[in-house]
Amino acid sequence: MEEFLVSVFKMAVPLLLCSLGTLFSEKAGTVNIGLEGSMLTGALFGVLGSYWTGSPYIGALIAMTSCVVLSLVFAFFTVTIRANQIVMGVAINTIATGLTISLNRIFLTSASVVKVNGFKSIPIPFLNKIPVIGEVLFDQTVPAYFAYILVFLTWFVYSKTDLGLRIRAVGEYPAACDTVGINVARLRYSTLLYGGIMAGLAGAYISTGQLSAFSEGMISGRGFTAYAAVIFGNFTPLGVFRSCMIFAVGMGLQYRLQAMDTPVSYYFWMMLPYIITIVALCMYRKRSNAPKYSGIPYVKG
Amino acid sequence: MAILEMKHVSKYFGKVAANVDVNLSVEQGEVHALLGENGAGKSTLMNILYGLYEQSSGHIYLNGERLKLRNPKDAINKGIGMVHQHFMLVPTLTVIENVVLGMDSNHAILDLKKSAEEFAEMAKNYDMPIDPWAKVSSLSVGQQQRAEILKALYRKASILILDEPTAVLTPQEATALFDVIRRLTAEKLTIILISHKMNEIMAVCNRCTVLRQGRVVATMPVSEIQDASQLAELMVGQQVKLTMDKKPSTPGPCVLKVQNISYKDKHKVSRLNKVSFQIHAGEIVGICGVDGNGQSELVRCITGLIHPSEGQILLGAEDISKEHTSEILKKGVSHIPEDRHKMGMIMDMSINENLILMSFHQKPFSKNKLLNWKWIRSHNEDIVETYNVKTPDIYERAGNLSGGNQQKFVVGRELDRKPALLVAMHPARGLDIGATKFIQQRLLEESERGAAVLLVSTELDEIMELSDRIVVMNSGNVVGIVNQAEATRERLGLMMASEV
Amino acid sequence: MNETKKNNAIFKTLKAAYYPLFALLIALILMAFIIKLMGYDPLNAYQVLFTSSIKSAYGWGETLAMAIALIFSALSFSIADRSGLINLGASGQLYMGGIAGMLVATNFEGLPSIIHIPLVLIAGGLTGAAFGAIASLLKNQFGASEVVTTMMFNYIAMHFCTYLISGPMKNPASDLAQSKSALPSAVLPLLLKGTRLHAGIFIAIAAILFYYILMYHTTVGYQMRVVGMNPKVGEYAGLKIKTNQLLAMAIAGGMAGLGGAIQATVIDVRLTIDWVGNLGFDGLAVAFLGGHSPIGIAISSVFFGLLLSSANKMEMLAKVPSSVVFLFQGIIIALIIGRRIFQLGLIAKWKSNYQNKKSEASDLLEMTRDAEKTKQDALALKQMTKKGSEE
Repeated sequence: MEEFLVSVFKMAVPLLLCSLGTLFSEKAGTVNIGLEGSMLTGALFGVLGSYWTGSPYIGALIAMTSCVVLSLVFAFFTVTIRANQIVMGVAINTIATGLTISLNRIFLTSASVVKVNGFKSIPIPFLNKIPVIGEVLFDQTVPAYFAYILVFLTWFVYSKTDLGLRIRAVGEYPAACDTVGINVARLRYSTLLYGGIMAGLAGAYISTGQLSAFSEGMISGRGFTAYAAVIFGNFTPLGVFRSCMIFAVGMGLQYRLQAMDTPVSYYFWMMLPYIITIVALCMYRKRSNAPKYSGIPYVKG
Repeated sequence: MAILEMKHVSKYFGKVAANVDVNLSVEQGEVHALLGENGAGKSTLMNILYGLYEQSSGHIYLNGERLKLRNPKDAINKGIGMVHQHFMLVPTLTVIENVVLGMDSNHAILDLKKSAEEFAEMAKNYDMPIDPWAKVSSLSVGQQQRAEILKALYRKASILILDEPTAVLTPQEATALFDVIRRLTAEKLTIILISHKMNEIMAVCNRCTVLRQGRVVATMPVSEIQDASQLAELMVGQQVKLTMDKKPSTPGPCVLKVQNISYKDKHKVSRLNKVSFQIHAGEIVGICGVDGNGQSELVRCITGLIHPSEGQILLGAEDISKEHTSEILKKGVSHIPEDRHKMGMIMDMSINENLILMSFHQKPFSKNKLLNWKWIRSHNEDIVETYNVKTPDIYERAGNLSGGNQQKFVVGRELDRKPALLVAMHPARGLDIGATKFIQQRLLEESERGAAVLLVSTELDEIMELSDRIVVMNSGNVVGIVNQAEATRERLGLMMASEV
Repeated sequence: MNETKKNNAIFKTLKAAYYPLFALLIALILMAFIIKLMGYDPLNAYQVLFTSSIKSAYGWGETLAMAIALIFSALSFSIADRSGLINLGASGQLYMGGIAGMLVATNFEGLPSIIHIPLVLIAGGLTGAAFGAIASLLKNQFGASEVVTTMMFNYIAMHFCTYLISGPMKNPASDLAQSKSALPSAVLPLLLKGTRLHAGIFIAIAAILFYYILMYHTTVGYQMRVVGMNPKVGEYAGLKIKTNQLLAMAIAGGMAGLGGAIQATVIDVRLTIDWVGNLGFDGLAVAFLGGHSPIGIAISSVFFGLLLSSANKMEMLAKVPSSVVFLFQGIIIALIIGRRIFQLGLIAKWKSNYQNKKSEASDLLEMTRDAEKTKQDALALKQMTKKGSEE
């Protein structure tokens, strides 16, 4: 049981980082499926940074910086140029695939780097002694603790601050925001960049935090799952938290069931997270909080 | 001393002139009406004043100081507030969230409670109580407008622009709004009221400026206005008589019979209320009324795009009120839609492809699902020639044509089907005199051929010239049906503005 | 008369082709910089990439063999796109088509080729079609975004394939996770000795022709395009939007399924882990560079076929990682959909200023005419009101 919970939380951390990060830009009306590519890029640069400097933390910073650049390209094309957001997301994913494979071969494979320094867990005294959940929750790495805090932080910014109010308004009715003097383009740019930073961190957590290595295509759809979590979470912080946990349970279950000797083949359990995502999207009928202007570029005047 | 002056302001959108050399002077504490027809340039002028558009030339002065308005924020900071015709409220947020949205004085962490208290206090002082914690989507239209006005006042507006404020209100709500306006001017606020309804101008305004085709035609105190017809003349001008030789019609059998239809939109607001009329073959029936009084919903019901919640629509003897659009079109109904760009044509397709939109599935357009382009091409070339569409060839992208030529081919496409019933909505909107006359002539010929024609227009002249009978609509109701011989501008105007 | 029409058509084709060519040029320049940054010689890389294959029959054979698969993958995206859907599921549809094709191809020993091959193709096409249609059904029924579901179906199909080749379809004679080889009677014949160019090229050409005829010569395709370009107009004309999109998605899936069956039986001969690779998304780049037009897709599939089939050679000879081809694809897609990027700069501003001035001049003319009229109206009105007050 404990083992299962540990794996669930391991799966939840990158999902939480990425979905909570992208929640703001989604709520502000931009659809970013380039998350997959951002996470992949973050995963590679996290490992590269750790390899170069020996510190996974500097690695994570480099990962986030690389994703800022990628997000800037995405934001420029979708907000300023008003290109189709979904196709642009695919373009970003393709670019990220090419970039990561190339750089991986140039810097890592050719130097036969197998493992780099990863994040070390930092147990929190006393709390980690609580039976069952102690080890699960309080013997974790820094990005994992950050993910917990991020849930609260995102909720706070989303519902209590001026910025949160602007974000909630922009995806709903950009023209109205324009008439009260909000710069719609600037807000969309900044939320996209922020989402990129978080996706970069999530990617670095997957590579440096879980495997201490990079492998090609290692994100395998988790960026899409993070995007689906925002939709299924009805575009609210707590909803996103809930759907991330559901997806994480699905992923944890997958590993658990793979290890167990079930009559159903191991490969079917591999499909489980993807099937859960599809089912979740089909169950999301109410759409009460989905931004009305999602995916539609704003033309001033 | 004028508090606000606009001097020689002009605004062009590409080649289209929306405002030309406009001079406007507004005094403190007055209610200044801005009058004009649809497209006369009222809203554009006010959007310039609110910083949403930048004028192409001319200057704006506030208290003698020249204003440079780059965006709405500049205007708000100068004390200019605007209530748009389509409310600029985010429906999913609460009233107070909308009120403080985007304000510079907000702290990073919002103290909505304090703002709500201040706001509620202010609302009470103006005698416009409203619950700051209510979600905007749960408010009635009247309350939303109240929230919009208060939102502007909360931002310390001293000049308030109201864009057609009564267009969406019930008569009772409108009366309440007039009380509010009087109350505000008593507090030294200045109000600019955009409208095209004579009665409300007479009721609350001090002075009025009339715009026509983007230009100012008159500014005068309301007390000097004799009657509504004088304003009507100013707004519309004395148009060049389009001498249509309309022969007296000899109505045939009844083609369309609309019986007591009602329609409620998704917000459960009643848009049509027991509307009834009929059209016979060879007859043109005009629907006249101010935009947004149910004409659009009526047309959509008849063409099957929406279904009435009650009542019957008989085409011949068949009830079509529940039928799918494709079935209705097959029964010989043609439809010239209200917005040709959004509904009537596909900008990125060629004229050739646009022209088969309604008939592609019929012989000889296609056989066994294969399109017969050879036949289509010669057929379409005929249409383009008959309907005088100016284009290099029929393969030209439809979006590259001028508005008049686009409308001509849409009309050509619809009339080519020799409909039993032709539904035409604003067929000549935005067209020049030549194209207008051409299209109107075609409608007449259609009725002479024996088609029943339903003409929806906001142009009184067009309606009076062409229609055998005129159905006047107001707030989703039929106010009355007038025969052509008995129709005068004054009578129709009074009916359109009447309270039901 | 006929001559000018012909010229016009040529002119229009050129006009449609100039931007993709321009984007291609910009992408090549950008890529050269990136290759340089990675520390390699871009000119050397380009030389290998573009010239090595076209010098030999082998090179041409491999290029065209690659182009065959790309055509099906691209058509899968373009057909859905015409009806207004974004089909990111070509990979999954390729997998499913390949699996179904392979099931038929490894069984039915003794069937003559003339029956066996069509059976393989039909099985692949139908399975792909069904798989594609599911995404559209989920959208119509539950409103689930086809963008996410098609993507998820890719992973599901991939794992399903891995399951099959390590279980029920596994070749018992092999230690690896792979299926048995397709029976010779089920495999399309090769056309060029020593290369993998196969008779599938005729099916690919037929598929492009089918796409052209469907979209531009049938009422079915016409409806799809109307719905895809402007659903509002579709509604006005009485078209059924959901039905049209469902059909388009089924045809799109069928195309990819057909491609999958051909690719699996002829090129890969057996199913292996991850045999589809990036083929699904390569097709997307082909579709965009080709502007979704039949001829465009044909040309750009050969171009990308050349690129992809020579990429390994580039890695060997110029040491540049073959994966830069993906980078190149991504940049091309971005440039094609971001066409407005070249309308932003100074030229655009200067142009609009110039146009404004021109229109102002013509407006001025009209204005003076109108002002005259307005004046007369005002005069007439004044007299009227005077009369009114006298009365």
